[in-house]
Amino acid sequence: MNIRTRGPARRDEYGSRINREHSKVLAYGIPSFSILLGSLFPIFFVATAVPLVPPLGFMMLVSWRLVRPGILPIWAGFPLGLFDDLFSGHPFGSAILLWSLAMIAIELIEARFPWRGFLQDWLTGGFVMVVFLVFAAFLSGGNMGGPMFKAIVPQILLTLLMLPIVSRLVARLDRLRLTRLRAS
Amino acid sequence: MAPPSKRRPGFSRRAQFGIFTGYVVAGIGALVGAILLALSLWRPASFNGPRAAAHDTVAPAGELTAVARSDGLGLIDSIAGYYRAGRQNAALKREMELARIRLAEAKAVKTENRRLKALLGLKETDVKPVVVSRIVGSTASSARRFAYLGAGKADGVGPGMAVRSPRGVVGRVLEVGRDSSRVLLLTDSQSVLPVRRAQDEVVAFAEGRGDGLLRIRLINLGINPLKVGDVFVTSGAGGYYRPGIAVAIVSKITDDGGLARIISDPAATDFVSVEPIWQPEAIRSRSAPAESPPEQ
Repeated sequence: MNIRTRGPARRDEYGSRINREHSKVLAYGIPSFSILLGSLFPIFFVATAVPLVPPLGFMMLVSWRLVRPGILPIWAGFPLGLFDDLFSGHPFGSAILLWSLAMIAIELIEARFPWRGFLQDWLTGGFVMVVFLVFAAFLSGGNMGGPMFKAIVPQILLTLLMLPIVSRLVARLDRLRLTRLRAS
Repeated sequence: MAPPSKRRPGFSRRAQFGIFTGYVVAGIGALVGAILLALSLWRPASFNGPRAAAHDTVAPAGELTAVARSDGLGLIDSIAGYYRAGRQNAALKREMELARIRLAEAKAVKTENRRLKALLGLKETDVKPVVVSRIVGSTASSARRFAYLGAGKADGVGPGMAVRSPRGVVGRVLEVGRDSSRVLLLTDSQSVLPVRRAQDEVVAFAEGRGDGLLRIRLINLGINPLKVGDVFVTSGAGGYYRPGIAVAIVSKITDDGGLARIISDPAATDFVSVEPIWQPEAIRSRSAPAESPPEQ
């Protein structure tokens, strides 16, 4: 007799189904934790002359929101933005305000255009990113002039290009999030 | 087909109220953020405490990445060095000859200087740095240019102290935590530094533009005496910086001064030293309500 051990009933992309369960810690922890880590990441980069590193925390937030709607509550911008404000170098409150507004804005965009797709998610995310970067620079307390706006253009382009990559990363993290672990 | 919307949960009152509450909380969050933002734009030092504490916790990790970064830079430099070894060797030899001559001249000037100072009765003061530390982080994704040092109040660092590398001024300490401190880099758009031209007494302000260049604004308007390649050093006015530290090289001439590149690029800096405030009395007398160094 040949018993097949692999099949949709026994196993799916999240691992074996027998004696294995989704972990609550992973399922709820990974989204927030990855966003917090994203907020922390840019400060370890070298002190460049112009802002160049994309705002990874915010990119993670937007990617989670677009890749997996429903995981992050709409008010998630407040606590996560609070953490980002401690490290971003912008005045305190800037990320709280802008991240909360971004979550509400994505909700509204989704109500108007309820479809999904690579291009549409990129457009939505890119739009939110550009508005965020411009407003964050504007509210940064610096002297805003022509040179400063010119200086954030490379960062905006880099952010737009990196958004699909971060979304892919989030999709990977989402699989990790739902991995089944041995039930103890 | 569009996926079913989470916004219409059906007839469940509970679910409907849940969604509504979410919107209300998100709105309140945005409002609180706006208030906090207005507060911290009005008083930039408002939230120094929590921010400094947060940076104290990540400073050790920054220390590690700083080591890795400088080692990596060194590796790249040494690999690149092999490619240009021969040509560079010849060029360096020529430069060395010239430098030896200049050094001898400088020694002569130094002795003369000492003699003249002795005549005037001035004392040689050598500034001892408060602490030597690494740059452990920076706000690489923000439009403001801050860097973080791996030394804080515990090492004697205080707000307003000058931060310099062996090449020149890097910036000024803005706020201190226990083991970390935040530095306003010269290129930040809120940074203004009184400077003078190295060879004469042309005084100016070096303002950060936020894009990596400094704007040299001459104090005495008239015929613009600047030339490309002029070196500017700190003038000591204002009392924060000791005079004579290199700041920037003029790279372009404008109507009221010029644009200059900073000499001490923080990206290429490994260790920096924190120097005490040059004239603490002058600063204390000028700013009566001293809560933090003004960002101007």
